[in-house]
Amino acid sequence: MSTEGNTPMNPQTHDDAGISPEIAALHLEDRPDGPGAAMMISAGLAIFALGFLTVLAEASKGANTWLGTWQWGQGVGALAGKTTIASLVYFGSLALLWVIWRNKEVNLKTAFYVGLGLGILGAVGTYPTFFQMFAA
Amino acid sequence: MELSSRESWAVIHGLVLGALFLLAFGGALAGLWSLRPGLVTTRGVQERVTRLKVGLGAMAAIAWATVITGSWIVYPWYRVKLAGAKFDTCQGLELPSSVCSPRDFLLSNVSGETERWHEFGMEWKEHVAWGAPFLATSAFLLMLYYGPRVMARPWLRTAIIVMLVGAFAAAAVGGVFGAFINKVAPIS
Repeated sequence: MSTEGNTPMNPQTHDDAGISPEIAALHLEDRPDGPGAAMMISAGLAIFALGFLTVLAEASKGANTWLGTWQWGQGVGALAGKTTIASLVYFGSLALLWVIWRNKEVNLKTAFYVGLGLGILGAVGTYPTFFQMFAA
Repeated sequence: MELSSRESWAVIHGLVLGALFLLAFGGALAGLWSLRPGLVTTRGVQERVTRLKVGLGAMAAIAWATVITGSWIVYPWYRVKLAGAKFDTCQGLELPSSVCSPRDFLLSNVSGETERWHEFGMEWKEHVAWGAPFLATSAFLLMLYYGPRVMARPWLRTAIIVMLVGAFAAAAVGGVFGAFINKVAPIS
């Protein structure tokens, strides 16, 4: 994914006020797209993790048992591990990518398509007809 | 009519939080769809963007509350194994009971062909619905970060709408199957 530092040598990369005169009066400073890319990719990563863990829990009794240890005695079963880990992936990747890309210009379209692809794969992984094919 | 504690939590999870999220979707979609140059004044942009930030933030919070109450409070009551491997204590029942959980009841097929409600409906719902908070939170953060700039970037606005529609679809699967399953095998 191409990234470009938003340095004083390259201070303005978007012409928002030129495209939309309504917001010119708001005098908004330009913002790099790195954090936006982080938001898009982290959602896709979390859904992918959820789908992957759903398939893994079906394919491996050991993994299913391990994911069940995340339930803290609440009776949630392996769903506790799948969803807690997916949530940690979401917030962890969001924070990490945000910090790494906070001053970078990242191609938002590429980030969106990466997130979309990961999200679709993850959604397929949560579909019962699919993940039950891997039943141990 | 008196609701038990379990029934109250099922109502809070599905009928209050889940329904609120699904209803809020229409407003958020309409607000984003018409956030275009030439349609809103400068003052209107500020009002619209503030409303979208508050609305999307509320949707994200509601999505988290819905999946957390569903998975950690209601779901354990649904899935607890009370009836043994052959579901003996479910025989002759028309609804789940203290000796036959909703999951046991559906898998036992004592009230028609109900197994698929668990094998497909519940299995899909319990997983895919968790996509909603991830997507709704990212949509909210994008709106918070870019604010009025979204108006000048049709592609970014479309990306946020796609994420919001994805969150709605995930929540709708959860909501629809939740309603049907609670009709066939209610939590009580």
